[in-house]
Amino acid sequence: MAAGTTVEKLSIVKAINASLRKSLETDNKVLIMGEDVGKLGGVFRVTDGLQKDFGEERVIDTPLAESGIVGTAIGLALRGYRPVVEIQFDGFVFPAYDQIVTQLAKMHARALGKIKMPVVIRIPYGGGIGAVEHHSESPEALFAHVAGLKCVSPSNASDAYWMMQQAIASDDPVIYFEPKRRYHDRSEVNTTAIPGPLHAARVEVPGSDLTLAAYGPMVKVCRDAAAAAAEEGKSIEVLDLRSMSPIDFDGIEASVRKTRRLVVVHEAPVFYGAGAEVAARITERCFYHLEAPVLRVGGYHAPYPPSRLEDEYLPGLDRVLDAVDRALAY
Amino acid sequence: MTVDSTAARKPRRSSSTKRTRAKQPTADQPELVQLLTPEGERVEHPDYSIDLTPDELRGLYRDMVLTRRFDAEATTLQRQGELGLWASLLGQEAAQIGSGRALRDDDYVFPTYREHGVAWCRNVDPTNLLGMFRGVNNGGWDPSTNNFHLYTIVIGSQTLHATGYAMGVAKDGADSAVIAYFGDGASSQGDVAEAFTFSAVYNAPVVFFCQNNQWAISEPTERQTRVPLYQRAQGYGFPGVRVDGNDVLACLAVTRAALERARSGQGPMLIEAFTYRMGAHTTSDDPTKYRADEERELWEAKDPILRLRAYLAAENLADEDFFTTLEQESDALAKRVRDAVRSMPDPDNMAIFEHIYADGHALVDEERAQFAAYQASFAQEGH
Repeated sequence: MAAGTTVEKLSIVKAINASLRKSLETDNKVLIMGEDVGKLGGVFRVTDGLQKDFGEERVIDTPLAESGIVGTAIGLALRGYRPVVEIQFDGFVFPAYDQIVTQLAKMHARALGKIKMPVVIRIPYGGGIGAVEHHSESPEALFAHVAGLKCVSPSNASDAYWMMQQAIASDDPVIYFEPKRRYHDRSEVNTTAIPGPLHAARVEVPGSDLTLAAYGPMVKVCRDAAAAAAEEGKSIEVLDLRSMSPIDFDGIEASVRKTRRLVVVHEAPVFYGAGAEVAARITERCFYHLEAPVLRVGGYHAPYPPSRLEDEYLPGLDRVLDAVDRALAY
Repeated sequence: MTVDSTAARKPRRSSSTKRTRAKQPTADQPELVQLLTPEGERVEHPDYSIDLTPDELRGLYRDMVLTRRFDAEATTLQRQGELGLWASLLGQEAAQIGSGRALRDDDYVFPTYREHGVAWCRNVDPTNLLGMFRGVNNGGWDPSTNNFHLYTIVIGSQTLHATGYAMGVAKDGADSAVIAYFGDGASSQGDVAEAFTFSAVYNAPVVFFCQNNQWAISEPTERQTRVPLYQRAQGYGFPGVRVDGNDVLACLAVTRAALERARSGQGPMLIEAFTYRMGAHTTSDDPTKYRADEERELWEAKDPILRLRAYLAAENLADEDFFTTLEQESDALAKRVRDAVRSMPDPDNMAIFEHIYADGHALVDEERAQFAAYQASFAQEGH
């Protein structure tokens, strides 16, 4: 290992915290904004200790108004700042949707490239934590659909750290979806070596019979599914998409040309979801390589259910394996 | 309310040394800061005063006349099919020139889509404003060149951008100020309420300049509010003031004071410029469907340009040469704008894919290449 290399085992929460800390240290234009991000350190403690060390001028507790948070972040970006704003929960982002879609996403184009919008919007997303309504949603498709935005989601601590570094460095607005039910999963982070580009998919588990493509919280479910399938002699490749806009179709295509079968998994509703886009494009690119239609596993066209029902709603191990079996049966 | 429409051209008082007090406010017409009456008479106000040189006074007059001429030309260009749409500022020249001339170069403006007079004050070339109305771009100018942000179409959104920008100004320790324009309709938007909240709690150096032109397309101000709009500021913890929006001197004086206040760390202020949209909302609108001619006639008697002209004439501050030269200048401006619009090229087809992302995006690259290949296929077929 090279001198100065640091490898630590961190939770996703701690990895994001370390990444934000590093950016606050190295670039005095970086600001943290959001509800309760200061003294409390955020409801998930992602920003824990940052206000204490960097002050109220850089780690800013905001009024409880999401449109205001994003709208003022746009103004700060126009002034030369690089705001990293927190939306406290997925279901709270919609008051800011207009500012994100109508202003943030389009400002660069409106100015014919003469202004840039280096704003990161952190959204803890997804279910599985037994929460009340509006605290378990997966709205990524609503943002990925909008030109001008980029959407990413880490599935492990190393990506959480590095993708945040890359999102902050980006001159484009990035919606950074944090898999909240994996917040406390720990894994190794090498804080001296960038693992790869922000928008590239990564083979998480190599395999040869079928590709499971997922991102964020569902990568772990897919890993578990691959392990279970392996016990039955099936070789499943797990692809961590990492980025929902852009999507690394080349990476998926390379995997599918090898495995000839693809199942896309996400918590978000299947209808108009990322899986639909992946299925359409991969069918177009790999039509003669596919042995089965691309299948999707995800949420239903229903409001996210009360938490006592969420295990039925969320795509768990069994539903993923069922789709694997169906695809292999063709 | 009765107004002698001939009075605008015949000021009753012609001495600048003898100034009367403004009229007392009444219940339905709360106090309005006024320094120049509709008849062109200079009046005093206890809180706001202004002392301008003849050059400056003529300058304000020139700004208003040229802005009105440019605006009229744009309306004509729309009628002739050269522009797809135009949002006229007719009647709001004093509000825009008065506030616009209060700004320092380092101040920053966040306009709506109707601030052609403010753009003029910021030295934004008028033809720059016309690209979006012709349909060749969505704005396209560099806001940092003149500290004049892009026109914002969705109502009220820019008040938050102005607030954020002002928060940045304060963080930088600069003494610039920011001004956010919006209208009576926008005052109902949540973003404006949030901008008031954020600017107040962070004490941001921003002035909210509301041109209450009485109409939000077809809806009168009564459909937006039950209190005079300037009074909303009180609930947020900063001052609000209503100014005669057709009085360029009052608009200048009040905006100057508000900007100075912001610069000196005293936080935001709301100015409600009480004015009137003399024309339609845009060239697509038909105000005869919802408002009476009589109302427009009442406001014609309060015209911002006529009252300053009456004052200049009564005080012998401008001679015939000045007015003749200005007329020629107006015609030259109109011609320049007309020529510029008519020779404005359509954008290249590939512009669809430009400037979507600063750092690029794989899908945009893919679709650009597909589109280019598709376009090229026609050229090949032509062989």
